[in-house]
Amino acid sequence: MSDIQLWTLIMVGVSFTLYIYIAFRSRVKETKGFYVAGGGVPALANGAAIGADWMSAASFISMAGIIAFTSNGYSGGAYLMGWTGGYVLLALLIAPYLRKFGKYTIPDFVGDRYNETARLIAVLATIIMSLTYVAGQMRGVGVVFTRFLEVDTNLGVVIGMVIVFFYAVLGGMKGITWTQVAQYSVLIVAYLVPAFAISSELTGVVVPHIGFGEITAQLDGLQADLGVAEYTASISGDALRNMFLLTLALMCGTAGLPHILVRFYTAKDVRAARFSALWALFFIALLYTTAPTIGAFSKFNIIDQLDGTPVADTPAWFNNWADAGLISITDVNEDGIISLAAEAAPPPDPLPVPGQFGELVIDNDIVVLATPEIAGLPAPVVGLVAAGGLAAALSTASGLLLAISSAFANDVYYKKINPQASEARQVMAGRIAIAGAIIVAGYFGVNPPAFISQVVAIAFGLACSALFPIIVLGIFWKRANGIGASAGILVGFGFTFVYVLTTVKLFGDAPLTDPWFLGIPATAIGAVGMIFNFIVTIVVSLLTKPPTAVMQELVEEIRYPGKTALVAAHLAGQVDESKLHGEEGKKE
Amino acid sequence: MDDAARKAYWRSNVRIVTVLLVIWALVSYGAGILLADWLNQWSLIDMPLGFWFAQQGSIITFVLLIAVYVWYMDRLDKRYGITEYETEVRHS
Repeated sequence: MSDIQLWTLIMVGVSFTLYIYIAFRSRVKETKGFYVAGGGVPALANGAAIGADWMSAASFISMAGIIAFTSNGYSGGAYLMGWTGGYVLLALLIAPYLRKFGKYTIPDFVGDRYNETARLIAVLATIIMSLTYVAGQMRGVGVVFTRFLEVDTNLGVVIGMVIVFFYAVLGGMKGITWTQVAQYSVLIVAYLVPAFAISSELTGVVVPHIGFGEITAQLDGLQADLGVAEYTASISGDALRNMFLLTLALMCGTAGLPHILVRFYTAKDVRAARFSALWALFFIALLYTTAPTIGAFSKFNIIDQLDGTPVADTPAWFNNWADAGLISITDVNEDGIISLAAEAAPPPDPLPVPGQFGELVIDNDIVVLATPEIAGLPAPVVGLVAAGGLAAALSTASGLLLAISSAFANDVYYKKINPQASEARQVMAGRIAIAGAIIVAGYFGVNPPAFISQVVAIAFGLACSALFPIIVLGIFWKRANGIGASAGILVGFGFTFVYVLTTVKLFGDAPLTDPWFLGIPATAIGAVGMIFNFIVTIVVSLLTKPPTAVMQELVEEIRYPGKTALVAAHLAGQVDESKLHGEEGKKE
Repeated sequence: MDDAARKAYWRSNVRIVTVLLVIWALVSYGAGILLADWLNQWSLIDMPLGFWFAQQGSIITFVLLIAVYVWYMDRLDKRYGITEYETEVRHS
């Protein structure tokens, strides 16, 4: 066993023993605790937990590589701005009001504010979106195990599936809040240590955010020599429009993610919910401002070490990842020397190969994990980064699986299938949903449709097209009604989902069609779906009857954070259904 | 809170949210995307300014925006005498 493998096992072993110990200590049995910790989690801890839920394999493992290698460098900023800017929307437009409303889940809010039809569509959208998201995490777990356990990718994913299942089932939310805090700590250390080390090694400046400047300037020169656009060069035309739409989809998607929103209910009250959002973004920003520096440092090192090197003389890290099947070189011009120049790339056949960089094909998802090896950092650091990547993938997966489980157990099983179900049976139904979701996600972990960040971006697009408009309108526009919201979510989410199904590779080698709506890629289409949702919800609401006077008063009251009579009565279940939803909106 | 106080509270809330969201959009969609090309004529820590906003500056601004919001709302709550908050959470 190599040093790197040994240290990876040690780091993963120690960190996971810690998480499982904490989860076990705070295990919960009743339904309430399983989904939402019963209040009382401090804002700082809640913020760190949100950070861990948030920073998935997409942020940790995949994003830096996508930024540095999928585009010239600059346009990857869409991921950075999109996945942080959404918090501003969340903190200012959504979190405080949902906390005041006081219902457990997003479908609960949608069902109460609108009607049962809207709730059911919201539940389906939540489940589909969360599944897509979990699929990305499975791929992340697969990459880590393939490289560091030197097992087959399929086996790597299966090991991950088993771990995730036990994790989500044992913990429940309360356990997970505190394990998430521990996970955040591990993954942020794992991310920052190599960044600081490489920055001082390459530039002599310890702080990567400053060393970043010198390296991007050098990359500009290197890329110009290789015949590709400069690293920092701006873009225009369709590429600019797509960057704009992707940023919008990711931002508004953030504000519609069930596993993030549910965390605001673990805050003690409205005030704590605001502070949770602040701490969450602060913790997230630590990683997000560092990610582009990691990407740039790695790209610089890769060009430096590979371009012009004899094919027979590749460095050890390259050989390790080549054995895992995640990086390769085709000596197109057969001169025995690696060339990363654009002109050395083989012609696309028939589709361009993702990750093609001259004669090199690099799986973008390995960049962060390989970074410490590429920079020649010691084995414990390599192991630490692998442990961090696993924590990121598993923590997000478990948070999402809980969202799926609660949506299925409460909204589908209890409400639609078996209203007499006992608490124990509901928890069991939730666990079965978790198992089913893991199996579907596992399939896409073995047959990834795209790089992790792209799969997760699609999940965000689905969330934004389905939920963002009806949540925001539900809070800020009293006139929005059940028929409008149902129609809006159906059109917006339906359009986005169909677009994704037809333009993303799900089975076989290629997607069904090219992007058929103005050439917008599947990752960014959620922004368009969201606009449709807004328009339809507003127009249909205006054409139909306004919500009842009691409902409008309830919406009025959630705007004031203090105690108010109607919200309290509603939470206690003392408001008559027919007064709230009118006669026709009555629940069965 | 009586009706007039509620209206005033909500107006202040909407005003601060609007101001902060305008800055939010100007920094990300403006400086980071639509105006990046133009801003790139200046540089900061060796980086073209538009590029810096897209990959560093916007994120830092977002944290500051939420900090201002949290601070402002806290003060607003105090001014309107909100000291007790709704703490209930329930399933429907």
